[in-house]
Amino acid sequence: MDDLIKEFLVESIENLDRLDSELVKLETDPSSQELLSSIFRTIHTIKGSCGFLGFSKLEKVAHVGESLLSRLRDGKLSLTPEFTSGLLAMVDAIRTMLGEIQTTGQDGNETYPDLIETLNKLQNQGQEPSSKAAAEASLPKEPPKKQKSDSPKENSAKSIPPDSVPAQPERALPAQPEPPAPSAAAPGETSPAQHPTDDSRSRNAAAETIRVDVHLLDRLMNLVGELVLTRNQITQFSARQSDPNLVSPAQQLNLLTSELQEEVMRTRMQPISKVFDKFPRVVRDVATARGKQVLIEMEGKETELDRSLLEAIKDPLTHIVRNSVDHGIEMPEERVARGKRPEGRLVLRACHEGGQVLVEISDDGAGIDTARVKSKAIERGVITAQQAARMSEGELLNLVFLPGFSTAEKVTNLSGRGVGMDVVKTNIDRVNGTVDLQSYPGKGTTIKIKIPLTLAIVRAVIIQSKGKRFAIPQVNIQELVRLEADRVRTDIESVHGVPVYRMRGRLLPLIYLSEELKLAKKTANQDELDEATNIVVLQANDHPFGLVVDEINDSEEIVVKPLSRHLRALKIFAGATIMGDGKVALILDVVGLAQNANIFSEARDQALAEKTAEVLASQDQNQAEKQTFLLFAGPDDARMALPLSTVARLEEFRASDVEKSGGEWVIQYRGKILPLIRLDVVLEERRSRLRHGNKTVEPDPLQVLVCNNEGRTIGIIVERILDIVEDRADVKSPATREGILCAVVINDRVTELIDIPVIQRIAEENRTLSTEHAEVID
Amino acid sequence: MAQTHQFCTFYLDKLMFGVELEKVQEVIRFLEITQIPLAPHVVSGLMNLRGQIVTGIDLRRRLDLADRPEETHPMNVVIRSADGAVSLLVDDIGDVVEVTEDSFERPPETLQGKVREVILGVHKLEKQLMHVLNTEKACETAESVASGA
Repeated sequence: MDDLIKEFLVESIENLDRLDSELVKLETDPSSQELLSSIFRTIHTIKGSCGFLGFSKLEKVAHVGESLLSRLRDGKLSLTPEFTSGLLAMVDAIRTMLGEIQTTGQDGNETYPDLIETLNKLQNQGQEPSSKAAAEASLPKEPPKKQKSDSPKENSAKSIPPDSVPAQPERALPAQPEPPAPSAAAPGETSPAQHPTDDSRSRNAAAETIRVDVHLLDRLMNLVGELVLTRNQITQFSARQSDPNLVSPAQQLNLLTSELQEEVMRTRMQPISKVFDKFPRVVRDVATARGKQVLIEMEGKETELDRSLLEAIKDPLTHIVRNSVDHGIEMPEERVARGKRPEGRLVLRACHEGGQVLVEISDDGAGIDTARVKSKAIERGVITAQQAARMSEGELLNLVFLPGFSTAEKVTNLSGRGVGMDVVKTNIDRVNGTVDLQSYPGKGTTIKIKIPLTLAIVRAVIIQSKGKRFAIPQVNIQELVRLEADRVRTDIESVHGVPVYRMRGRLLPLIYLSEELKLAKKTANQDELDEATNIVVLQANDHPFGLVVDEINDSEEIVVKPLSRHLRALKIFAGATIMGDGKVALILDVVGLAQNANIFSEARDQALAEKTAEVLASQDQNQAEKQTFLLFAGPDDARMALPLSTVARLEEFRASDVEKSGGEWVIQYRGKILPLIRLDVVLEERRSRLRHGNKTVEPDPLQVLVCNNEGRTIGIIVERILDIVEDRADVKSPATREGILCAVVINDRVTELIDIPVIQRIAEENRTLSTEHAEVID
Repeated sequence: MAQTHQFCTFYLDKLMFGVELEKVQEVIRFLEITQIPLAPHVVSGLMNLRGQIVTGIDLRRRLDLADRPEETHPMNVVIRSADGAVSLLVDDIGDVVEVTEDSFERPPETLQGKVREVILGVHKLEKQLMHVLNTEKACETAESVASGA
């Protein structure tokens, strides 16, 4: 394709993206001359360029839009939602035509007569009631100013006959790379005061940035990767030498290479605003169609991440945003009835957090009704009623991520087309991210997405199977298990032909990597199971499974490279990487691996569920399986326990290190902020009943249990750690207060088992309460 | 005077092949190759070409020829393709030859099977025929065709 047209497309598409958000912004601030001028300029530039590139249909549409905009800008018309809708429709039409040009080189056959009609009507509509417009009614439809404001570029373009090809590039080219500059001249004449600042600003921006081909950046990245390998060899060699003439430059090389690598990586970074800026339009469209009022707020738009990741999260985020507006936020009258403001709030937040990007989408809508989720899941056969009864709120919420699950009462044409949150989850999983869903009935829903900064470099564990090395991204790995030979026979069983490992009372389906990759014939033959077995516990779509490998080596940072098209059909591999010794190793795709092994087919799921139930029942009957509990003293010396598997670490903190803000206690822990939960506060009911005197003395040091719950780490402050015991905990009685799962008998004494998800929820509710409270006091 | 074309030549089981010189990125000796489980038969594996990961296509397999004897190492003819560099694994490298259009002929009728699929035609050289390889076709695997790539 002609370079000129290519340049035109790149510019125009970028400008259109900006137009979307500017138009929506204009709706809230209709008098902003700055916005109007900028919108006008963009359309004007597109129209002008079309003229001399010979896209007459596109030019026509842009022309009508421009006329309408110029009347708006001159204050002859005032903006109404119909105008915005009309202009947005025009933007869509232009975008479609640009897409057509991109693929066929022509602006297509569609002439958009309806759209032009509508825009013309809008333009004339405002004319009658406005006295100002009436006065000028005798004037030609295009204001005379228009003639004046035509930039020299456009005039020249019109004077050149379209077939005089050689003349075009020289004239057109300088105009193309920086559209704001030449087009800034147009509104400049109508509002001279604004002109200089506008113009100089865009010029400065143009001077500080340049457009670079993405392939060039990829190539740079490759070269740096190569340099890193060479650096590694030199460093290894110099470590064995004592000559300072070699050692010190080698160190310098080491440093410079690392820095270079970091900077080159940064060239591929783009701000998340690239994606966020599309949302005001999306929200407006959905809200208008559904008759809702929604305010969108965005924070941290400048947060940067790798461009490939940006591409990967675009669709999932759009889906979530649509969902929030469509299903989350209620109709205005409903909101008012619930004592909320009629307009819903949708907040998008992005920030960097510990080498990852955190994106949070929260709305103040109705929240997710877990009861409905539960009945729907049972109705669709996703889970059984018995299973549902055992599930916690958090687990129920997570059901929405299962394939084909949609709780929307009616399927709208905007969202809820059967593809739903499961697609969001799969897409985020693919880029090694996590999705966390929290919902408070009547208060709203918050979805937190964590994604790595870059896909290009990840930490991975290197494993071996039949002498071949493979890398598994560390984020997919839950734990590593080594079974000694004598336990292999007893601990690995078979359910409907699927080998499973009984891990802490749960059955973990096993995949033998060597079989999956057809490196070895089907084993599962009991004789061959008689050697020590290494299991990598992985998670795909919330299903844990075990991958049996021959050897687990160490973990290292690897540079991920995509596979060529010959290998794309192999979903089992996510890419390849070059190891320290210069050899190539393949990276396993955990989701693909699970799909390939087909371990999560419904029949197997059911078989596993039955077997699990059986195992649990037999445990109950034989009381064979003992569980390990951590015993501790809670508030008022209450005897409490947690299954040891839920506790990550035991820590002692000095009371002086605890930071208290509002009602919240936090402590800096391993480079992160760890929220601390005080059982005496959370289990309030009991306290008010049992508290005898004011216990003002806080223990020092504080005994803290660090627990991981659904990807979040919390610290629970307890009075004393008592013991770790193995017990069957078989006599159970229901809980007497919130935050307690049940009471069991451990070591012949009644002990309360605490319910972490519930405690966490109460703590959070308290926190919001107390911050509100604190604000009032301040 | 007819226009001349330069070809990089190589051998596969005594057959001589040629690839237009401008399509060839480089020719290198044996590189260590990482086999890919489950990959199409003609894909012999991945190689590290100075930090760039290159897919190796075994031309013998692509042409349904017998596998080369185990003890011999293939040579790499790295060509540029739309999908980045691809290495064609061949037996031996020949000279660069210069030919004119007059020596070109469509694939002979007698030529059958896979070889016919991947060549554009032949150039009659003095001593033997040079089969002109259609590199795009040669890089196709059953799977990449099926997946519409």
